[in-house]
Order: sequence, then structure tokens, then C-alpha cells
Amino acid sequence: MLDGREGPAVQKAMDLLVRYGEALDAERLVDTHNVCGAMTFGGTRADLMQRGGFHAVFSELNLDSPEVVEIPPARVYTCQLEHGLSLETAHITGGSPEAMQAQRQAEIFFGARGVHMLATCTPYLAGNVPLLGEHCAWMESSAVVYCNAVLGARTNTEGTESTGAASLTGKIPYWGYHIPACRRATHLVEVEIEVDSVMDWGLLGYYVGEMVQEAVPAIKGLKSRPDPIKLKHLGAAAASSGGVEMYHIPGVTPEAPSLEATLGGNQPLAIWRYGRAERRIAYENLNSSAVSREVDFIMLGCPHCTLEQVWRVAQLLERKRLHGNTQLWLFVARALKEVADRSGYTRTIEAAGAHVLTVPQGAKVVATDSAKQAHYLPAMLGMQTWFGSTEDCIAAATTGRWSGGLE
Amino acid sequence: MSTIVLRGRKVVGGCAEGEALVTKDTISGWGGIDPATGVIIERRHELRGQSFKDKILVFPGAKGSSGWSAFFHAARLAGAAPKGMLFNKLTTKVALGAVVTHAPAMTAFDRDPLEVIGTGDWVKIDADHGVVEVTKKE
Repeated sequence: MLDGREGPAVQKAMDLLVRYGEALDAERLVDTHNVCGAMTFGGTRADLMQRGGFHAVFSELNLDSPEVVEIPPARVYTCQLEHGLSLETAHITGGSPEAMQAQRQAEIFFGARGVHMLATCTPYLAGNVPLLGEHCAWMESSAVVYCNAVLGARTNTEGTESTGAASLTGKIPYWGYHIPACRRATHLVEVEIEVDSVMDWGLLGYYVGEMVQEAVPAIKGLKSRPDPIKLKHLGAAAASSGGVEMYHIPGVTPEAPSLEATLGGNQPLAIWRYGRAERRIAYENLNSSAVSREVDFIMLGCPHCTLEQVWRVAQLLERKRLHGNTQLWLFVARALKEVADRSGYTRTIEAAGAHVLTVPQGAKVVATDSAKQAHYLPAMLGMQTWFGSTEDCIAAATTGRWSGGLE
Repeated sequence: MSTIVLRGRKVVGGCAEGEALVTKDTISGWGGIDPATGVIIERRHELRGQSFKDKILVFPGAKGSSGWSAFFHAARLAGAAPKGMLFNKLTTKVALGAVVTHAPAMTAFDRDPLEVIGTGDWVKIDADHGVVEVTKKE
């Protein structure tokens, strides 16, 4: 591939992977048949579009090639993660006509090259579920940690360029979480309290990330078994407060038959306890930006909701109306939105005045059930953010006031 | 003028020299920098408001979103990238980010560059030979 016999785009892709592999000091590349990346964001760059349309955009932004090469179809299964704009609901979410047109054109261009337009941060909820031990090349921190820890597939946190190159070559550096020894737990978290609700799992994840940073923790002492929603929130929170890309829960996650096995016979480098005080610290950190209890915006579905979450929200909103000063947006993968529509959930949610749908203009005080959102919103958009349970959020939507708290 | 020599491993080859900008805080790409100017924008970051444009950026490593490389890539396209990067903790984010920044970069030093190098010191990188020469600011 590097010699150019498979065309200039594949040659540029391989050139990037070799430079990237050398930067990591990786011993070799490994085959991958599952890529999740970001192809559709560059259409608003007038400089690149004028140089050669989406061929120039992909050459520069996804292959790190200033030279414009003609982009062939993807060689392996490749999915587009979240989009920048929600085209179907632009009347609600906004977006300039130019940016929407650029995204529409990007979908057509990359769709024609075999990039599946999943448009979600949760590819694993929309049909992309790799197998135990499968080598992947994924972006999106919350998806990476789910892929490694929950599915037992193997990926590092890849970027725009490495996923672009992987899609055209089916290769990625064999480094980090592709190597079995790097997947073992190095640190231990001992849970001493009941962790049950989705909010509890988000709080635990937020605390664990803050403690272990990029290390691989084993979490023991959990009395109730989680479901995929709880692990989605645990991982997203730990990847936000720290950089957790892999964790183990003995008896629950697939590479953790026992604590001893996940540690690989080693002693943990550090041990933390998670009790009432630690839970309280996580909760207070997540709510530290919020002052006003007058909530005007409620955001659910970060990472995107499962169908079960959409159904729960529909149940909570049945025969209710949002408060006049609030908006409620619920985010879901477009493939699942179809099912939510046909199941009547969307109708129930919209009848209450909420939307199933991407950040509004004019919101000041936000409520969310996502620790990840509560971590990023105050810093990135300057919004006061309340974190709590889904029920707390729905109550805020219907009353306009935040009344959540820890018992 | 005192000169200190560090040895480390090449991440991206080449030679560069310039003024050091040093931080003990890890850096976010997406949500952490303004790619148009190279200014650090993260709240509570010790370099908030300062630009790494044309500096030798000395930092512990990368954190945050998988958009890290895309943001440093965008800074390079805007002419706002650092001239060189020296860091301690190797991750896929910082490795790919350094590669697409097209500036000499090194890691795995014999001494901690965060301890040895101060902001304003003059730093010469020869990444191909794994050598960094630091001339302390007067």
C-alpha cells in the first residue's frame, strides 16, 4: 500500500499510519474491520472545498495530506459518529443554511464511499457491536470505553486522521489497548455503598475517572448488577473526569472473570474506597456551576439514549406539559428515532412540549442526567448546569425549578 | 549562560528552536484550545489566555476528547501551531496530534522537562538525534 500500487489515497493513508505508528513506537500495524470516525465536518472549510471539494477535505483533514488525492470507497466497515448538526430538526436546533448544505453534501459524498451515516456517539446502540477481542479503530471517548470495557473489543482513542486512514487501509497501530497485557487492571476501587440508579453509576464513574485518570481500574464490591444504560453512563463519566478507556467489573464485564484475573496476578498500584463521602464529592463537583434553581433547559441523552431511556421519559411525561419557561431535548441515534416514532414515544414526548432530537441559543441554566454534559457544559458554553436523575430532570421540565439533591 | 542537555525519544523528526512555553497542566484539544490563534481557553488552566503559536510547547500530555489531533491539525492549518512539542505521557491523542502538527516532537526524557525547562528559556530540538538543548533565560 505504501508503494502506491493501490492508488494515491491508500498510499497517503498508509504513510500517515506509519508516521503515527513510529510516533507511538508501535511494533506493527494490526488489521481492523471496524472503524468509527468523523468524516462529515470539513465541508464548511472554504479553503479546502475550493482546492478540490470533499477530496481535498478528506485528504487534508482525514489523511493529513496537503496534496489532494482522489478518495476511493472505504476498504472496511466504517461508520460516521455524531454529526455537527441535526438536519431533520434544524427548525428547532438551528444551524446556518451554508453549514447544513455542507453537511448534506458530505453525507452524500461519504455515503457513496461506504461510510455508514449512523450519526451517533453510541454506534453500539445502532447496530455496530464488535465481538470480544475484535480490533477496532474508534473515536469518541464514551464509545471507546464502552467498546473496550463492556464489549471486550479492542480500540485506542483514535482521531480524525487515524480513523480516516484506517477506513482506506483496514490497518491501525498495534499499541495500547490492542495488546492483552495493556488491558489488565492496574488500580482498584472498592465500593462500600449501594450503587443502583443510573445517576449513582454516573457519580461512581465521575469519581473513578478523577482518581485513576488514564489508568485501568477494577471496580469491586458492587451489590447490584448494572445494565447497558448504567455502564454507558459510568464509562462516559469516567472518560470525562479522567481519561479512562478501559475498566473491569469482576463478574460483570467480559474480561473480568475474577479480580485476580483482571489484575494479572499483580498487586494494584493504588486502592481507593468509594463510600458516602466520595459520592457526595462527585455530586457536588458536578453541581458546582449551578446557582439559580430557575431551570430553562433540560438535556437528556448524552451519550445518546437507549430505546429504554426514551420509553422511560415518555412514561414520565405522559399527560404532562412542560413549564412555559423550559425546553426539553432528548437525544437519540437516528436509527432508534425511527423506532421511537413508531412506538408512539416521540408523540407522547412531543405532546408534552419536548423534542426528540443537538445546544440551544439563550439557555442559561441547564439540567441533565449526564455527568459528561455536566462536566463539559459549564466550561465550554458557560452554562450553569444541574446534574441529577432523569426523574429530577423531568420534574424541572414540568415545574421550571430544580429540586434534585442527594438524600 | 547555562546550557542543559536532555535526551529522549523522537516522536516526530526534524529540528526546531524557539522560546519555551511550559505548563504542568495537561492540555485538552477540543474545548481546550482556540485553533485560530493557538490560545489555551480551558477554564482553570494555568496557561489560559496564552498562545503556543511559534513556541516550543512543554507539557505533561493530552487529555479530553478524541478531537485532540483535529484541533492541533486545525491550528497548523491556521498558522497557529507550536514550533515543537516536548511531553512526558505518551497516548494515542498526543502522538497523533504531534504527527499532524508537523513539528518536531519528543518524549521519554532522561530528566523531567517540566522540571528542567522554564517558560522563556531558549530550546533547541534535534528530534532525529533525540537531543534537546536548553539555554536558561537570564
